[in-house]
Amino acid sequence: MIIYSLFFYIFASLLCISSLIVISVKNPVHSVLWLIFSFFNAAGLFILVGAEFLAMTLVIVYVGAVAVLFLFVVMMLNINFTKIKEAFHKNLPICILIGLVLLVDLFLIISKSSSFVQENSKSLPFSNFGDLTNTHAIGSVLYTNFMPIFLIAGLILLVAMISAIILTHRKRENVKRQNASKQFSRSVQDSIEIVKVEVGKGVK
Amino acid sequence: MEYFEIGINHFLILSSIIFVIGICGIFLNRKSIIIILMSIELMLLAVNINMVAFSSHLNDLMGQVFTMFILTVAAAEAAIGLAILVVFYRKKNSIEVDDISELNG
Repeated sequence: MIIYSLFFYIFASLLCISSLIVISVKNPVHSVLWLIFSFFNAAGLFILVGAEFLAMTLVIVYVGAVAVLFLFVVMMLNINFTKIKEAFHKNLPICILIGLVLLVDLFLIISKSSSFVQENSKSLPFSNFGDLTNTHAIGSVLYTNFMPIFLIAGLILLVAMISAIILTHRKRENVKRQNASKQFSRSVQDSIEIVKVEVGKGVK
Repeated sequence: MEYFEIGINHFLILSSIIFVIGICGIFLNRKSIIIILMSIELMLLAVNINMVAFSSHLNDLMGQVFTMFILTVAAAEAAIGLAILVVFYRKKNSIEVDDISELNG
């Protein structure tokens, strides 16, 4: 138990510190790297509560895809960030005020609510799955009970992929591209011409 | 030693702290869209921590299934947001939020 709580406090404090750094450093590359670190800590917390599959998904999806995407965009765009950061100190007092109010609000709500749900309102209790592993249990409901929602999630990813490609695709001038259909539709007749050259005249 | 008994409240307080940090990030970096997108990712992470903590606390798998879908939507949102950002940068040569108001129409 003491190990468990020790790990919780380590992961939680690292998560808080790294997410504070994410929003406060000047260089956005550093901020992306700290975002990756905070996702790793969140994955550690997920493992701590027994959601191993989601921890691995978090690492793969966020660190492997989303954060690298951020990194690519930050490095691809040539942006003057010192100018952007000027408003930082101007907004700091009101931001701290709003953050404190919201935080106190949330703490009051959490501390005042003693019991969150009725015991018999569970929809997918763990006891349904016997001693299956976490991944096995998620898979057994995701592909059966949640099949329509799972398909819609796939559709959302498809739409995101298509829209990202269409948005960023552009036709550039002065770039030669291969046109396969044009190549295939050529025939001998309209590409080669046999000319009888008279002596001393040459070809036009 | 009640501080060493990690319950649902610890996770809820942690996730509300992360959520507030995300909101503060939006307020502090009002000019840079990239950091605003990262703050939104942090807020979604807070929601995910909340869901997983409740799932573990109630011995109910529903929370973890929903976290999967939140992850999906977050990935899609980041992809489209960054694509819009790249297109905007090509048009305007800057990513300041103030310039975006000129995009109407």
